[in-house]
Amino acid sequence: MISANLLAIFYLISGILFILALRGLSSPETSRQGNFFGIIGMAIAITVTFLSIDNFSSGFLYVLLFLLIGGSIGAFIAFKIPMTAMPELVAGFHSLVGLAAVFVAISAFISPEVFNLGSTGNIKLASLIEMSIGAAVGAITFSGSIIAFLKLRGLMSGSPITFPGQHILNLLILISIIILTYFLCLNQSPNFFWSLIAISFLVGFLLIIPIGGADMPVVISMLNSYSGWAAAGIGFTLENTALIITGALVGSSGAILSYIMCKGMNRSFFNVILGGFGGTDQTSSKTSKEQKPVKSGNADDAAFLMKNASSVIIVPGYGMAVAQAQHALREMVDSLKKNGVKVSYAIHPVAGRMPGHMNVLLAEANVPYDEVFELEEINNDFANCDVAYVIGANDVTNPVAKTDPQSPIYGMPVLDVEKSKSVLFVKRSLSPGYAGIDNDLFYRDNTLMLFADAKKMTEDIIKNL
Amino acid sequence: MEIDPFIFRLSIFILSIFVGYYVVWSVTPSLHTPLMSVTNAISSVIIVGAIIASLAGTNLSVFNQSSIFGFLAIVLAAINIFGGFLVTQRMLAMYKKKKKDKK
Repeated sequence: MISANLLAIFYLISGILFILALRGLSSPETSRQGNFFGIIGMAIAITVTFLSIDNFSSGFLYVLLFLLIGGSIGAFIAFKIPMTAMPELVAGFHSLVGLAAVFVAISAFISPEVFNLGSTGNIKLASLIEMSIGAAVGAITFSGSIIAFLKLRGLMSGSPITFPGQHILNLLILISIIILTYFLCLNQSPNFFWSLIAISFLVGFLLIIPIGGADMPVVISMLNSYSGWAAAGIGFTLENTALIITGALVGSSGAILSYIMCKGMNRSFFNVILGGFGGTDQTSSKTSKEQKPVKSGNADDAAFLMKNASSVIIVPGYGMAVAQAQHALREMVDSLKKNGVKVSYAIHPVAGRMPGHMNVLLAEANVPYDEVFELEEINNDFANCDVAYVIGANDVTNPVAKTDPQSPIYGMPVLDVEKSKSVLFVKRSLSPGYAGIDNDLFYRDNTLMLFADAKKMTEDIIKNL
Repeated sequence: MEIDPFIFRLSIFILSIFVGYYVVWSVTPSLHTPLMSVTNAISSVIIVGAIIASLAGTNLSVFNQSSIFGFLAIVLAAINIFGGFLVTQRMLAMYKKKKKDKK
């Protein structure tokens, strides 16, 4: 058994290694090393915890057994999961962190003496508050992530589910959580503890159902942040530095990502959380617009345009992920490059269903990361580019966001696709995007609509190149 | 006068939030998905709590009310640790720079 002081120092070291793991992600070259630091940090934390246990009861074998079971399941998932399923995988993983936090909190509540927190029914007040926070936030993370998982997986409708009195109900529940915590601290009755957890599960559920599919980047980031705060809450309860540091890191990481995503949509965080973006009314009021002439073309036209261009910018969106078109896209780009065309990729911050979603898919298709650019880096290049190939993106290219103050997406940063000489827009129909508004780009003179499935169209273009 | 150890933990917590803030802002946007999966993996360090909880039983009864929750938490956290780090590794391995010899 090692001393408590030494233990604390080792936990501090793991915490520092976790910081280095995140630091490594500042560039793809250092990222693999960063991940390695993270693994070492975790190994140190687990090993010293084992060393701190003085009586090696037979329970120890079970610890190893369960560790192995969980580890094999995790490794199996990690190797089998297709890259397109990454958003739901991350949501699923968040739910596990949340539930683990709840379980640890329950365990600490049942036998506080194991954690030196006092005795059953007589837990230190501060520890009780900390574990209630950990359990409540963990439970919210769990049920919220489950809903996010179901929506991303398509097992549940991605459209926002709203009902009258929703916000008032949420408010009442939040107040009841505070009241329950108060009574729990007063008499430490297990009933209050169980009700607290049950109600927190309900909050997570109610919080996520009104949020629609395209707002998922914010939701996932937010749940990421929650899982961190839950870990920190448990860290305070267990007086564990590694958990406190990690919780704070993950919590702020998720919060920053949520902020970046909200900014990418020019919406406030509360606006997203309160749900219900873009009503049906906007769609109906613009129906007259659909009478406008639209130029449509086929794969042959598209191939001709791109072959004779000197520079092409590709704008991928969620539709590319759905159609699994990233590999076909890279093949198309390869043949274009053989024809001497300069090709780059432009990625909007909220393209896809989670932060960085498009980048991972392109990386999977072997697109070098130095050909992929963020909105601010590439937006000026559209003016000098011959062809913009929009594949599976819609609202993020809508020029209305710059021109029409009445539009619900007004002020949202968009890719200046319309400035390029010609725009090829791959889409199955003229239906509006998620925001429920018509894309002005469809009716521009320099736009050629390619009505087809993203993958099919891209493959047809390759044949014609 | 003595300072409550809670204050020290709170200081660590708040300083870590600041560290996290600056470190995460320097993460390149193209690696935001691996960032999420790796933060997910490291937040599973909660497993240390689960291990302590699971050894709450005695030699005679390994499984009691409290240790069962500990064991369940170990399984969940282990899925996350292995799954999270490995999937991050898999993603990061795909990020490649442009090569001259590529067609």
